[in-house]
Amino acid sequence: MGEKTPFDEMYNPDGSVREPYRALAGWLAEQPDKALALMQTDAEAIFRKLGITFAVYGSEEGTEKVIPFDVIPRIIAANEWRRLSKGIEQRVKALNAFLYDIYHRQEILKAGRVPEKLILNNEAFCPQMMGLDPAKGVYAHIIGVDIVRVGPDDFYVLEDNLRTPSGVSYMLEDREAMMILAPDLFHRSKVAPVETYPENLRRTLESVAPDGFKGSSPNIAVLTPGIYNSAYFEHSFLADQMGAQLCEGPDLFVDGGKVYMRTTTGPEQVDVIYRRIDDDYLDPLTFRPDSMLGVPGLFDAYRAGNVTLVNAPGTGIADDKAVYTYVPDIIEFYLGEKALLQNVPTYNCTDEDQRAWVLENIADLVVKEVHGSGGYGMMVGPTATKAMHAEFRKKIEARPDNYIVQPTLDLSTCPTHISGDVAPRHVDLRPYVLVGDEVRITPGGLTRVALKKGSLVVNSSQGGGTKDTWVLED
Amino acid sequence: MRMLGRTAANLFWLSRYVERAENMARLLEVGYRMSLTSRREGGASEHLVSMMQAAEVDEGFDAKHEVADVDTVAHYMMFDPDNPSSVFSCLMAARTNARSVRTAITTDMWESMNGAWLEFSQIKPRDVRGAKLLGLLQWVKQRSHEFRGALLGTILRDDGFNFLQAGNFVERADNTARILDMKYYVLLPRATQVGGDLDIQQWTLILRAASAHRAYRHVYHDRYKSHNIADFLILRPEMPRSLVYCANYVQQNLDNLARIYGRREECHDAAARLLSMVEETNMDVIFNDGLHEFLNEFIARNNRVTDALSTSYNFY
Repeated sequence: MGEKTPFDEMYNPDGSVREPYRALAGWLAEQPDKALALMQTDAEAIFRKLGITFAVYGSEEGTEKVIPFDVIPRIIAANEWRRLSKGIEQRVKALNAFLYDIYHRQEILKAGRVPEKLILNNEAFCPQMMGLDPAKGVYAHIIGVDIVRVGPDDFYVLEDNLRTPSGVSYMLEDREAMMILAPDLFHRSKVAPVETYPENLRRTLESVAPDGFKGSSPNIAVLTPGIYNSAYFEHSFLADQMGAQLCEGPDLFVDGGKVYMRTTTGPEQVDVIYRRIDDDYLDPLTFRPDSMLGVPGLFDAYRAGNVTLVNAPGTGIADDKAVYTYVPDIIEFYLGEKALLQNVPTYNCTDEDQRAWVLENIADLVVKEVHGSGGYGMMVGPTATKAMHAEFRKKIEARPDNYIVQPTLDLSTCPTHISGDVAPRHVDLRPYVLVGDEVRITPGGLTRVALKKGSLVVNSSQGGGTKDTWVLED
Repeated sequence: MRMLGRTAANLFWLSRYVERAENMARLLEVGYRMSLTSRREGGASEHLVSMMQAAEVDEGFDAKHEVADVDTVAHYMMFDPDNPSSVFSCLMAARTNARSVRTAITTDMWESMNGAWLEFSQIKPRDVRGAKLLGLLQWVKQRSHEFRGALLGTILRDDGFNFLQAGNFVERADNTARILDMKYYVLLPRATQVGGDLDIQQWTLILRAASAHRAYRHVYHDRYKSHNIADFLILRPEMPRSLVYCANYVQQNLDNLARIYGRREECHDAAARLLSMVEETNMDVIFNDGLHEFLNEFIARNNRVTDALSTSYNFY
C-alpha cells in the first residue's frame, strides 16, 4: 500500500475543492476562530441533555457516555449515491434470497457455489429455522451495510450487518444537531432528508405482519434487553418515533401460540416484534435456557406464524465474516447479475499457500475474528506492534478458520474538527436499508470517523466519533 | 394499543418520586429553620429528629449517625443513597423510571428530568452548607416545578397523564399529612404552650413548608392561628397542597381512568373512602378526636389507594 495519500473526500490532489463540498468549503472559510470549537461544545451539551448516550460496559452502573460528534458533515453527491444505493439494493435482495434458500432447499450448497461445511457447521446457522416461511419471505428487514471508499469511484463493502444493526438513532440525531448548530449551511445546500426513516420503518414492519393478520393496523413492539443495554437509547427512540410499544421480556408472554403484552386492561396480542435481543436470548425454551431477557415460547409462536420477528432468527448466517467472501457469488447465483459493489479481497487461511503468504505479510494486513464485532478481536497490521503480529500469527496457526484476513484499505478521509483545527481523518459509512414489501434506503447513513490521527478503527467502542452524512439532491 | 402495566406503574412512581424529592426539600427546610429559630430551647437536634420522624426516615438515620445536627441530617435527607427517600434517591429513581418509560413521556419531560439528575449528581455534598443548603433546597423545588410544568404543558390527556397525576397527588397528600404531623411530634412534650408565641411560630413554619404562608392571609385575613392553619392544610379545597384538594384530585384522575377504560375498579372505592375522610368532617371534630390519629388514618387510607390502583391496572 506504501506511502500513497488516501483519497480525500473534500479536496482533489491539486488542492481544489471537489464539487459536492463547494458550499461546505465556503462556509468553513467564513467561520471565525473558535466557532467550530464552540459548536463542538454546544453539540456535546445537546447530546447529553437529550440523553443520547451509550452505556459503558464494565464500568460502574449508570456510567453513560456521549459518542463524540464531529460538526463537519460528510457529503455525498447525488450521482454517487445513486450508484451506491443500487448496489446496496442488489446486495440485500440477494442476501434475503440466500437466507430463504439456506433454510429451505439449499440449492446453492447443492450447486457447490458455497461450501456446505461453512454453513451447516456455522454457529450462526439456526437449524430451528429450517422450512419456516417468514411473512413475505423476508429474513433480514433492517440492515446496515458498512461501506468504505478508497477512490473517486471505488467503494467497498466491508460488512453486511443483518442481525441487529445499531446506530440509526445517531444518524437521525446527528442531523437534528447539525440543523440546530449550522442552519446557514443547510440553506446553501440541497440535502436529502433522513427524517423519513422512522415512518419507513413503521411501514416496513406493518408490511411484514403475519400472513393471517386481518386487523386495521398491526400491534408493533420493540423488544429491548432494558435500560442497561448500551443501545437502550436507540430502542426507546425508535419505538417512540414510530409509535410502537417498547417492551422488555417480562412485558410479553405466550399463550396458545400467540404473543401478548401485559397491559393495564389485560393481555393484548402483539403482531410484529422488532427485537433488539440476540437470537440466543430470544426464547429460553428454544435457545439459551438461562436467558432472562427473552420470552418463553416466543419461537413457537413465530413458527406457528402468529407473530413476525424482525429480523428473523438465523439471519446471522448471511453476515458471517466467512460467508461474506461469497457474497459476489451469491448475487450471481440468485439474481444472475454481477455485483455492483465490490467486496474487499479476503484471504482464506485454511488454504495452506494463502496462509503461508498471510503469515509472512501480516504486518501489512488486517486480521478479524470471524465472529468478532465492535472492533474487538481484530488487528490492524500497519499500526500494531511486533508482539501483536506474533500473537496473531500464533492465533491464525492454531485456528485458521476463525480468522479472515484482508489487505489494509486506504479508507478515504474527511475534514474533521480536531481541537480547534481542521484535519483529515479516516471515515466509513453505514447506510440503513429497510426490506419489507419494498426496499427502502435512507439517503445518507451514519458516517463514523476515527478521531485518532492515522487510525483506521472507527468503532465507537474504540474511540471513534460520528458525523452527519449529507446526500445532495440534484 | 393499551399501555403496559409496567409503564403505568413507572409513570405513577415517576411523578411520586419527583413530588417526594420536592417535599423532602420542604421538610428539611422547615426542620432547618426551626432549628435556627429555637436554639434557646435546647439545641437543634430535637426539631430535626421530629422532622425525620414525620418523614419516617428516623430509624435509618439512627442506624448510621449518633448526632442529629444540621450537617448529618441534611446529608442524610439530601445525599444519602441508603436513604430511599433522600433527594438523591428520589431523583435517581425518577430518572431511571423516566428512562424506562421514555416512549410514554414527552421530550420536554424527559429533558427536564434528565437535566435535573445530571445537575444534581454533579453536586459535592461537602460544599452544601448553611446558605448554600437553602439555595439547594430551593433548586430542588424549582426543578420539581419545571418537571410538572413540562408535564402539564406537553403530555396527552390520556391514561398515562392520569397515572402520572394520581402518583403526584397521592404523594403530595401523604407529604402534607406528614408535614402537619411534624407539629404533633414537635409539640407533644410541651402541650402546655399551646397558643403561645413558640406554638404559633412553629405553626407558621408548617405553613411555610407548604409554601402557604402568604396564601393563608388571602384566605383568612387574620393572624396565624393553629385552628386556621390546620383547616387550611386539611380542609380548604382551594389550597393546592391541602388534603382535601389532593384527595379530590386523585378521585378525579381515577374517574378519568374509569372513563378511558370503560369500567370502575377497586381503586375507585379506595379513593372515595379517602375523600370522604376530609369531606365529611370539620376542624373541631378533628382536633377533638386528635389530629395525630386523624392524620395517621388518612395516610393509611392513602396507601390503600396505591395498593388498589396497582391491582386494578396490573402494575408490575
